[in-house]
Formats: sequence, C-alpha cells, structure tokens
Amino acid sequence: MRYLPLTDTDRAEMLDVIGASTIDDLFVDVPEAARLDGPIEGLPLHASEMAVERHMRRLSKKNLAAADAPFFLGAGAYRHHVPASVDHIIQRGEFLTAYTPYQPEIAQGTLQMLFEFQTQVARLYGCAVANASMYDGSTACWEAVAMAGRVTKKKRVVLSGALHPHYAEVVRTMAKFTEDEIAGAAPALQAQPDNDGLITRIDEQTSCVVVQYPDILGRLPDVAKIADAAHEKGALLIVVNTEPVALGAIKSPGELGADIVVGEGQSIGVGLNFGGPYLGLFAVRDQKHVRQMPGRLCGETTDAEGKRGFVLTLSTREQHIRREKATSNICTNSGLCALAFSVHMTLLGEKGLRALAAENHRLTCLAADRLAKVPGVTVLNDTFFNEFTILVDGDARGIVRELAEDGVLAGVALSRLFPDKEDIARGILVAVTETTSEDDIDALCSALKEKLA
Amino acid sequence: MARYFTEEHEWIDIEGDTATVGITDYAQEQLGDIVFVELPEVGSTVDKGKDAAVVESVKAASDVYAPVSGEVTEANDALEDDPALVNTSPEEDGWFFKLTLSDKSELDGLMDEKAYKSFCDGL
Amino acid sequence: MNAPNQSGWKPSAPVSHDGAHEGPETVTGNRALMLEEPLIFEIATPDTTGVDLPQPADDISSRLGGLKRDQAIGLPGLSEPETVRHYTRLSRQNYAIDLGLFPLGSCTMKHNPRLNEKVARMPGFADVHPLQPVDTVRGALEVMNELAHWLITLTGMHGVAMSPKAGAHGELCGILCIRAALEARGDARKVVLVPESAHGTNPATAAFAGYEVEDIPATKDGRVDLEALKARLGPDVAGVMITNPNTCGLFERDMKAISDAVHEAGGFVYCDGANFNAIVGKVRPGDLGVDAMHINLHKTFSTPHGGGGPGSGPVVLSEALSPFAPLPYTARTKDGQVHLIEEEGANAFSNEHFGGSMQSFGRMTAFHGQMGMFTRALTYILSHGADGLKQVAEDAVLNANYVLRACEDVLFAPFADSGPCMHEALFGDKNFGGDLTTLDLAKGMIDEGYHPMTMYFPLVVHGAMLIEPTETESKAALDQFIMALRSVASRAKDGDESLKQSPYYAPRRRLDETQAARKPLLSWIDGDTA
Repeated sequence: MRYLPLTDTDRAEMLDVIGASTIDDLFVDVPEAARLDGPIEGLPLHASEMAVERHMRRLSKKNLAAADAPFFLGAGAYRHHVPASVDHIIQRGEFLTAYTPYQPEIAQGTLQMLFEFQTQVARLYGCAVANASMYDGSTACWEAVAMAGRVTKKKRVVLSGALHPHYAEVVRTMAKFTEDEIAGAAPALQAQPDNDGLITRIDEQTSCVVVQYPDILGRLPDVAKIADAAHEKGALLIVVNTEPVALGAIKSPGELGADIVVGEGQSIGVGLNFGGPYLGLFAVRDQKHVRQMPGRLCGETTDAEGKRGFVLTLSTREQHIRREKATSNICTNSGLCALAFSVHMTLLGEKGLRALAAENHRLTCLAADRLAKVPGVTVLNDTFFNEFTILVDGDARGIVRELAEDGVLAGVALSRLFPDKEDIARGILVAVTETTSEDDIDALCSALKEKLA
Repeated sequence: MARYFTEEHEWIDIEGDTATVGITDYAQEQLGDIVFVELPEVGSTVDKGKDAAVVESVKAASDVYAPVSGEVTEANDALEDDPALVNTSPEEDGWFFKLTLSDKSELDGLMDEKAYKSFCDGL
Repeated sequence: MNAPNQSGWKPSAPVSHDGAHEGPETVTGNRALMLEEPLIFEIATPDTTGVDLPQPADDISSRLGGLKRDQAIGLPGLSEPETVRHYTRLSRQNYAIDLGLFPLGSCTMKHNPRLNEKVARMPGFADVHPLQPVDTVRGALEVMNELAHWLITLTGMHGVAMSPKAGAHGELCGILCIRAALEARGDARKVVLVPESAHGTNPATAAFAGYEVEDIPATKDGRVDLEALKARLGPDVAGVMITNPNTCGLFERDMKAISDAVHEAGGFVYCDGANFNAIVGKVRPGDLGVDAMHINLHKTFSTPHGGGGPGSGPVVLSEALSPFAPLPYTARTKDGQVHLIEEEGANAFSNEHFGGSMQSFGRMTAFHGQMGMFTRALTYILSHGADGLKQVAEDAVLNANYVLRACEDVLFAPFADSGPCMHEALFGDKNFGGDLTTLDLAKGMIDEGYHPMTMYFPLVVHGAMLIEPTETESKAALDQFIMALRSVASRAKDGDESLKQSPYYAPRRRLDETQAARKPLLSWIDGDTA
C-alpha cells in the first residue's frame, strides 16, 4: 500500500522489540468477540492512484460546474475569481500539513499569517479585534448570539426576518437547548427592509438584535438606526455579512454601530466547494469584549532574544483549558481557508478590493436593468450590492429547474430557502459578480423571456 | 485583625464585619505568572463555597470560591491593570475583594497560619 | 479555589540568553536560509494591487442607498511576486508533516496524500454551488452517500449525519441527538458524565447543549471505573461521553459493559471518535453499544489539518438516534437514487421511505457540510480499501508500542504495566531532574528537528506527554525519533539546565506568552514598532 512505509520485515522486528508475537497481541484489550479477523466484508479492497482518480472523476462529471454555464447563484455563497497564486500558496506543505500553532517557535508562519488575517478582517468590518476564524458564517452567527447572552446576561434574541434562513435555523436549533428565546419573523417581499418593524420588536429583555447586511433579499438595511435602537434598550447589535466583497463598496458594520460583526468569508479566496469548507469571520467593535469571544486569537509578543513573534493567546477562554466553562466548544477552525482569504486580500489590497466591489456593483446594476425589461419579470429591490430579488410570473422553483436543464443556472428560488412560505414562490435571488459576463446576463434574459412568454 | 486560610488556598482577613479575600503565596506559586483576574461586581452577594472570582495564568484558569458569604463592598481595581500583583504581593497588595460578612460562624473551621502551613507541607 | 493548575503546565517569561550562535551578526537579521519577514502592513501600500481589474468609473449609477463607503479600509496590497514571496518565506517558519514526524497525541498527524488535493479541485466538486438544482449536482450527492456508506459500515452503525464541520461540532451533533431522543420520550435528564481524561471539547460540548457535567472516576490502570460509573448512573443521567481508545492511549476493555449499564439506566453512549485511527477496520464501535460517535475526517481519513482547520466531523448514529439527525441529509432510496433531504419535504420523504415523520432536531450549519473534506476522505478511503484501513490501524498501534517500549526506561510511563497501548504512548514528568519540566523537554525536541508531542494532556498524568507516531512513519524514521527522544529525556532526567532555554535553533526562541496575555495585541496598529 503506497501510503504505508513499514515492510513485513520491519513489522516482525518491531514486534520482537515490543515482546509480542503477533499484531493481535497488541489488540488484546479489544474483546475477542468484537475483534474483526479480516477486512470488513462488502467493502472494496485497496486501489491504485489511477483507479481512484478515474472513479472520482466520473462522479465529478455528473455535476454541472459553475464555470460551464451562465451562473447567478448566491444566497450566502458567491462565485468569484480566485487568483492562481492563492491555491499555490495554500498547497505549500508547510501550511497545508501543519497543525494548530501550539508550538509557536516552529509555527511563526501560520501565526504571523493569522495576525495579519485578524487585522485584515477587523479593518474590513470596522472592528477592533477579529478572531482566527470559525467554521462558517452560520455557526459564527450562533456563537455571536451566545456571546451576547454572556455579555448582557439576557436571553431574548431578536432576529431580522431578512436573515439567511439557514443562519436563523442554526440559531433556533441551538437556542432550543440553551433556552434562549428567539423572536424571529418572516421576510416581507418588499423593496425596502422593514427597519422599523424590527426596531419595534426590541425590548428591555433583548440580549441582541441580529441583522444581515446586505440582507437575504440583497437589500441594504439601515444598520445605524437599528444600532441606536438596540443600544437604547441595552441590547447588542450583531451584524451578519455573507458577502465580504460588498464591504469594499459600503460602509463597514462597525462604523455603523455594530457591536459584534460575523460573516462568511468564502467569497475571498475560498471557492464554492458545494457548501464547505467555508470561513467564519468573527469580530468585536470594542476590545473590552475580547474575553467573551469564542475561538482562537493570535497575539504579538517577543521572544527571549527580544525579537517580535506571535503566539495563540487568551487561551483560558477555550475548551482545552476552561472545559465546561469555555466560551465555545470550538477547537479545529478554518485555518487554511483563513490563509486563502488573507492571501487573496493581500493580492487585492485596498485598491483591488474597491475595484472588485465596483465591478460587481456595475455588472449587477446592468443585470437588474436588463432583467427589469423582460416581460413577466419585476425587480423587487430599491437597494442592493451584487445580489437582488426578482419576481416572476410563475412558479420560480420550476422555472429555475427548467432553466438548469437548458444550461442556465439562473439563481436561487426563494422557495428553496423558505419552504413554508407560499407568497414567496415567485421570487428568485439573482447574484452577479465579476465572473459574470454581459453575455451571461443576456443569456439569462433571453431564457427567462422564452420561459415566461 | 485575624487572618484565616482555607484548604482551597484562599486567605481572609477579618476586621469587624469586613473580610478581605485573596489567594495564598502557595497558590500563586502553583499557578505561575498571573495574566488576568476576574473579580465579582461590587454590590453582588457571594455564597460560601461558590465561585466568586477567576484567576488566570497563561495555561490555567482557576475558580476562586468565596471562603465566607456576604455582600461584596470593594474589588481590587489595581489587578485590572497589573495582574502581576498577585504574583509579587499575593497576601497584601494582590488582594481580590472585600465583603461584609453575613454569618461570622462561617469562620469556624478555617485554618490559622500555622495550620495552613502544615496543610501545604502535606500536599 | 479549585486545584490550582492541575496539569502542571506553567510557562514563565523566558530567560534572556546570549551567545547561542557563533558567527557575526548580519545586518538584515537573516541567517542564510532563515529569513526574517516583516508584516504585510510594513511592506505594502494601499495603492498596490496584485490583481488586474477595471478601474471603477466615477459616474456609475449606484443602488447603495446612502451607504457608499467614504472611509479608507486600511488594507495593504502587494503585487503577485511580492505576495508569493511573503507567504513562501512565512511558510518556511512552520513545521509540517511534509517535513517530518509529527507526534501530536490525539491529533493523528498522518501523511496527506496529494491525490486527495487533486480530486478536491476537480471543477465538478470545487466549482459547484450548494443550492444548484439537485439534478446538476448528482455526483456530489453520490460522493456524500458513498462516503456515508463507508463510515456506517466501518463503524457498524445505522446512520450518519454528514453536516458537522469538525470534531467538536460533531460532538455537539451527537449530544443534541441524544437530548432530542430523550425529550421525544418526555425524559428530561440533566447530567452528562465525562471522564477527567477527556478532551476539553467533551465537557464544553455537554455544557453548550445545556447539561451539567460530572466526572467519571478512573481506575489506577487509566480506564473508566465501571463499578463507580454504575453507582452514579440513574434517572438524571442523559448519557456518558467516552473516548475509546481513551486519551491515555488505552482501549476501554469494559466498553460493552459500560454501554449496557448506561442503556439499562435509560441513557445513551457518546463515543469521542478522535482516536478511531487505532481501531479502524479492527473493531466496530457499533458492536460495543455506542449510540453516537463523530469521526474526524481530518484525523483518521487524512484530510489536511491546514494549520488549524478546516476539519469535518460526520457523526455515526445508532438506530435509536438516527431519526433525530440534523438536516440536511442524503439518503438512497429503493430506486437507487440519492436524495438530498432539506427542510422542505423532509416529513413527506420520511413518511414515504422511512415509515414515520421526520424528527430531526434542526440544522447545525448553512448548506450541507464540508464537501471539500468529503471528496478528500473518500479518495483516501478508496485508496486504502477495507484491507488497507485495517493495516493502517495495525501499523499505527505497532508504531506507538514500539516507541513506548523503546523509551519506558528513560521516561516515566504511568500505564506501561497495563498492557499494550493503542496508537499513542503516554509518558509523565515524574523522573525529571532539577526543576525541568515537560515544556523544557518539548522545546528540546524542537532543536532535534521534531515537533513536540502533545504536552500536559491528558490532565490525569502530571506533565503528560502523549506521543502518536501514526502509521505514516517508517521504522528508520521511528528509530531516529527514538534516539532523539531518549537523548533529550536523559538530559531532562539528569537535570540539564541548558534545556530550560531551548529551543536554540528555531526561527524564534521561547516566546513570552505572559506578556501576550497580560497586554493583548491582537491587531496591527499602524505606526506600531513593537
């Protein structure tokens, strides 16, 4: 077997040193009745590299890759161009095959990268401190809710109706077990987010308000107004962002008054990957909240010779030390995705991110304008960044499926996200990025025109 | 003024109804460099044997239990900026909090300095 | 206070040191191939970019409401060559499996085959959106289902929840299944029992799921005390969380009896599968009465650790717990098709194919889980096959026992008399001389060119050192490691004070963790010259 270096001679010599006569002598503590004699029946035996690759390629060919079709899906996962050098760097063995940097003297590469990453995220979010990553945006969202409970010692959570329904569902699922009270709402299909409706639901018992920016329908809520309303009642404002590229064009959540900012970092450097692995981002506006944060934190210090270096710090918040009193049970996070994000962000820089955001927005405006001209299509949004909602005269889910058969990946039917809401059946969420060509937009318009005729 | 000790390595100074609480030199020695102390809020009440504060080194966090019950009247704010006081002066400047005793009989059964020293020697 | 510093891990500010390096100082601070690298914030500018994008026109129509950004973000940019060089230089300051033996106990740092990477990057897997119409992602669903079939068969369990993002997330999934199952029968239990030797994630998980955590006592030979456990079981105990093989590197001989006792008392058995590498293909946890176990694909099935993640933690479930698994899940029905079951239609599907309505406890994450890890893990599993995986366990256990027996005369091995270890060998600091500690030995190993073992874990052994060589190591590699470990251990035993200042030859000397924690600097501040 190509991954196993021991030879039978080695094995015999080693058993001899150990003082065992057979390998099964080392498994004596496994009850004999449970011990398996041979390979488990019904499973295939080992295969060559060539054979495995062939099998996997055959499976991969059964999927329609985004690059092979006009592609307009978003809803929390976006297709952006990732520079080739990003993938090259994350495949360097020293990054790819390293462990969590618990031995800082021989992990400065990962640690310095994490310090740079934390700073990039904090600045993008308009916050003081970001952590070294969470699993993804949805789990980061729950962790933020849990943190707000620790900070405010209150239990009522107000969710915007326009929060990504998967994120809301993760919060609801966890809250069932922590006995937090979740005040959710259904999204209303209207041109503007219902800022005032959200604000009226905040009361003195509220620990936090969770609002997505841009929201699940692509609209831009009035975060500053919601922040003021939350703070007036002693609640924290959690802002969720699922499209970091947007923050190259719009004000940062921290600047608008968010206390905790969480989000999905997948857009920068990571790729679609059918939903994972992704990259949870987590930041706090005020450093005073840092000891209540979940997840790893990398900090600057000096070594015995006075040289600058980096270490994981404030670890007493974490499970390996604090056990049942930890701020989170998270251990493994999304380290390599954080590296991909950081490398891509370094390649972009301030200038590149702003240009990327502008290009996304330009193409999205163009798409919205062209789609608005298709008979049977209405553009819902007044405001958006690179994603907006259209209403079609017909069953959106069926239309999306039919267009896929014709080779156009038209967007996400809202009924896929909100299965219980019938009034939403006409909605399609359409995302446009720099990877979308004007030809793609025209292909979508003509396909819809034909389908709705 | 009388000083008492607990088996959980806290010391308590009693002056009238007021108790001052900290951790012992032995405890700080075991913990190593103290990096953070989380103190109870002034005005809160603590119950004997229940969590009252947390003391953290780089690799360990230990709960400090209230050695007696009462209402917290003062917390040592100096520890916020300089947690190292717990290492350099554990039994004086590095005190944690003061409280008003609610039940003086809770002092019964605590150790004096000599008893505590022989307790530590036996560890 | 509670027992101060149980593990004995006590880093202190490093002793300053000079004269370790012969030869003149260099003006750059570099030492030949050991290159110092500044932060991106010190070398980049806001005007530099490494991507070519059209410059935005000023007069484009905007739909941003009044929210257009008017402040600088403060993001540094580098050109492509500068970027590649920055990260390549940083990478060289890391230890990695690709460089050498990585004996972190409980972490299973094994070789990461590059075929896995190649497969994960096939456009049909990497460039697919999770919400594409199902007919355009049949192959992705088949990967999930094929992997699920392997995991269920290797563990002898009934079902598997694929969405958990890592081991701790999987633990949470398993415990939530247990809680949902108990609540479904109107049985609100309050306590989860966890041995002191458990990973910190276990008690943290149970607490996050709303349970009180109590210790399970251990016997002198490092295993769960079955009689004491039985005495504690009762109507308030929801379940136990047990790691098997445990973190002392030992197989829980009484696992079946433990499971039987827990079941008899109406509770469930959660098994932490972090150490599955020791027994994959040798014994099925399902045969030992386990109800739920997460499998770290980034340990046993070789998806790369990536400097801290991402991982993937599917949870295999018993028949009693399977109906409560989180959404979404995949299922193959009699027609041979693989279906993706999301919130929509879950009830109808369940009624039609599983003869009952859906009882899922909810959703743990957006989308469907770590697809990029599924493709890698399946590629690894197919490469090994059923026979190869069994050999993996045998070689991993053989290698660990070889290290244990080759070092037990120079290092205190607390459970050496308990029989063979499984895939990791546990030592303690008992016979160290002077004031030398486990930390000193670990740093000494760095100078010998090795990543240290897991230190100060498990908590039940003072100054613990947990060594997991994995099946990746050849005999020659092990012999050299043993030579190094014996040498450093002898120095520790002899009280060699020079160890206190090791490492001498790493990119950094000992770092001041006390300073980092007392005055946290967690983000770069421009103009900072620390």
